[in-house]
Formats: sequence, structure tokens, C-alpha cells
Amino acid sequence: MQIYFPIAEISLNIFLVLGMGGGVGFLSGLFGVGGGFLMTPLLIFIGVPPAVAVATEANQIVAASVSGVIAHWRRNNVDIKMGLILVVGGFVGSTAGSFLFKLLREIGQIDLVISLSFVLFLGVVGSLMVVESVRLIMRSRKGGYRKKAHQHYWAHGLPFKMRFHKSKLYISVIPPLLVGFFVGVLAAIMGVGGGFIMIPAMIYLLGMPTSVVVGTSLFQIIFVTANVTFFHSINTQTVDVVLAVLLLAGAVIGAQFGARVSGMLRGEQLRALLGVIVLAVCAKLVVDLVFEPSDLFSIGRAIAE
Amino acid sequence: MIRAFAFLLVAGLTAAAPHALAQSLVADMSESSISITSNFTGKEILLFGAVDGPSDVVVVVQGPREELVVRRKAKISGIWMNRRSVTFQSVPAYYAVASSRPLEDIAPGTVRAQYRMGGAFLDFALAADTRHLAGEELLQFREAILRNKRRESLYFEAENSVLFRERLFRTSIVFPASAPEGDYTVTTYLLRNGVVVDEQSTPLQIRKAGIERTIFDLANQRPALYGIIAVLIALASGWLAAALFRRT
Repeated sequence: MQIYFPIAEISLNIFLVLGMGGGVGFLSGLFGVGGGFLMTPLLIFIGVPPAVAVATEANQIVAASVSGVIAHWRRNNVDIKMGLILVVGGFVGSTAGSFLFKLLREIGQIDLVISLSFVLFLGVVGSLMVVESVRLIMRSRKGGYRKKAHQHYWAHGLPFKMRFHKSKLYISVIPPLLVGFFVGVLAAIMGVGGGFIMIPAMIYLLGMPTSVVVGTSLFQIIFVTANVTFFHSINTQTVDVVLAVLLLAGAVIGAQFGARVSGMLRGEQLRALLGVIVLAVCAKLVVDLVFEPSDLFSIGRAIAE
Repeated sequence: MIRAFAFLLVAGLTAAAPHALAQSLVADMSESSISITSNFTGKEILLFGAVDGPSDVVVVVQGPREELVVRRKAKISGIWMNRRSVTFQSVPAYYAVASSRPLEDIAPGTVRAQYRMGGAFLDFALAADTRHLAGEELLQFREAILRNKRRESLYFEAENSVLFRERLFRTSIVFPASAPEGDYTVTTYLLRNGVVVDEQSTPLQIRKAGIERTIFDLANQRPALYGIIAVLIALASGWLAAALFRRT
């Protein structure tokens, strides 16, 4: 059954869209990740204009993050104060990113920038995941490892310090603002929540306890992707709500199954598997960029300024 | 049903005026407007009519004019990226030709050029900032429009697709799902010995309708409101999903 998407202006099979939502939702339930970094490239692969894929996926992530944050909220695993600082940085970053997106679209380079950003981030994150999980698998065979009780980070020396009770931190607000800003730019240009960047940054850069990072990052992602949705709607009219709702419906169901299956598998092996999936998507994007296209010329409706 | 009715109607018309001099050609379409609704996958329209004697029929359909950017990729440090771009001011978004015989056999080049029978004869005006483009390079960019549009099924030339049954003819025109909204013109030409002896133009409208119309208009006319609604829908469905799956 085909359905016509009013903003993407293409007709796609409804089961394909639901299936993709379900598949990526399954993976996100399985691995506890957002899934935007897989969904946006997949949408581009099936023919959705890249700009529409990014803006629509941002809209879908708003919903996915709301359902995700509720569980963490109940367990009291959200550092609201830290979250709000990250949101402030994220608002500035995503608003700036949205205007950059509009500019790149007008000069005809948005597709390239989206692809290159994904190649870079998927390549780095995928490799790290594979390497890290292989190392963990090796280490777990040898036996446990030590961890320092408290570490001092360079971030502790900066001014404008603030106390974050839930994270048990007394640090400058500058690093979280910068982290929020950077993730905001990524959200606007790539249509991702940015959890795969933010979570490591929260742990290793800010020194937050692992118990609150997932909830706090989801809290930030809700606001930032909402801002991205709003500004892309205004600047480029690329948010397709019909597509977003269908993807969401698939993803919600997929995530439930994913979460159930995840209990049956080992953590390190799961992470290695996700790393391989991420690298596969990355490889496909690289192939499209490096091999000579069948037609060097492309056409597109001129965008009124 | 429509097809049979059309033939009866046209047969009736021609029978009533067997020697009509003013009009050697009568043509009509199964529909004069197309609505893009949520189940739109493209549309095939039947065009039919009658002629007053042995002749050729060429149908030319042109869609709304759009400003089109043509981009050429070049390899820069190992990556294929858009480099040169040329803007054409007025390119038909859709273009189709259906004819009763191969076009070269029907009319000489001058006639085909005059009536734009064939993609090669379409005029794409260059935008002001790219007027300096000329010669071989301009030709490459023009060819790129035709090639890309044909690949998207937005341009096509269907020779031998106008079928005759004595003096009645019919053909079908296919509009793909990507055919944009706007005002289309369907012109039917009657030719004899390479000369156009009669022609008839009929407008055709393609419009988004229903929920597609509402969403598209809201997104383009009230973008801020659209953005807020999109966020609210996401917030509500995210909350609903969490609530639903908590119970089970």
C-alpha cells in the first residue's frame, strides 16, 4: 500500500516506512541508543530528500526521547539543572545549525555536508565501539580491571562554577554549554539526538556519574530536537509530519521488542554488533561519495530566498 | 466504462456533423483535474477524440514552468561533489508527447520545433546570472535536464501511442507521483502532409487535496504554527507510547 508524503513529495510503501521505524526502533531498544544516526541515512537511501530526512527525523526523535525520559524520570535519574545548562547550549547550537543548514541548501551543498558528517561520525563511533568491545571481551577473559574513585578533569579549573547536586559536581558551566552547543549543531545538520557524542562527553569530559547520563541526555535531546523541528519548519519547510508519525509508530513497537531481547544477550557482544551495523551504513555512504555517479548532473527546483 | 462512453460520445458528434469544416478535430480527456491525496501514486489520463479524415495526431502536454538548478559534480580530493551550477528560469516541470507515428515521419524539423514536438525543441531560458553560458557547455546542461527528467518519468516521448480506430483516436498520458501541482496544458495537433491543420488546447489541473493539501499549506503559509504542531504531536505521541507500554 503506497502513501503520498506531502512534504517529501514522494510516494512510499507504508509497510516499508513502518518496517524501517520498527527495525531501527528494535535496535534502539536493544542497544539503548536513539537511532537517529541510523534512521536519517536509511531515509536518504530509500529516496527521501536528505534535507527532509534530517528535519523529519529530528521531529521523530522528540517523541522517542519523551518516551525514553519518562522511565528515567521515575527512577530519579535526570539531573535537571545540568540538563537545563545543556539545553541552553543546545538551543543556541541548533538554532545556528538550522540557519547554516538553510544556507548550505541554497548553495547546493547540503546533501554533501549531511553525508560527510555521517561518514565522519559513524566511522569514528563505529570503530570505537568495535575496538572498545573487543578489548572488553578480551579483558573479561583475563579478569577484572581497576577504576579510580575520583578523577580531576581539566574542566574543573574554569570560571563560572556551579553546583550540580544530582551529579555530585562543582564545575564551570562553560564545558556543559559547549557540549550542548556542539550537540545542537549536530542535531540541526544531521537529524540526530546526538546521544552518541553527548554521553561519552558527559562521562569523560564533565565527569558525571553514569547513572544520570542517559536520563539527562534524553532530557536535553527533547528540547533540542524540538527546537530543530521548529526552526527547520520555519527556515526550509522540510518537516514531514506524516512521515514522522509513521516512523514513530514503527519505532515504538520495535523498541519494546528490542528491550526484551537485550536482556538475553551479552553487553560487549551487543556493542560489537552495533559497531558493525554503524560501520556498514558508513561504508555505504562512503561508496556513494567516492565512486563516480552514473550521472554527473543533477537537477533540483531553485529555492526562493 | 468512461472509455466506452467517450467513444459513443465522439461517434455521436462526428455523425451529427460529418463535414464540419471549422473543426477537423475534436478531443477530450477522461479527467480535467487530478487530486493528489494520501493514496496518490500517479495517474493515467485517457485522451480521446475524432478527426475528419486520414491524418496524424500529436499530443503535447506541458506542466507548470519552474526555475531549475542544474548541478554538475566534479571529483575534489577523492569525493564527488557539486561544483558548477546553472539556473534555468523557465523549465516545464512536466512534458509529454504522444504521437500516432514516429515524430520525424509526421512533420519536418521546422514544424516540430514550432510546436515543441519533442524534448529537443523545448526552450529553457537561462537565469540572468548565467547568461554568459554558451555552446557545448550550455548544451551539456540542457541535455542534463532532459536526461534527469526522463529518468524521473517527468518527461517522455511516446511514439505510436496514439491509436486510431477509423476516425476515432485515443491515447493515455501518465503522470508519475512526483508530478508537481500546477496548471498543465494538453494540446492536440492534427497534421496532414507535415502541416498542422487543426489544434485544440485543454487545461489540466493537478492539485494536492484533502489532508495533503492542509498539511502542505500549513507548512508553507504558517510555518511557525506548523513547527509548533509538529512538536506537540511528537510530545503527545511519545508520552502516549510510554503510557501504553507501561501497563503491558
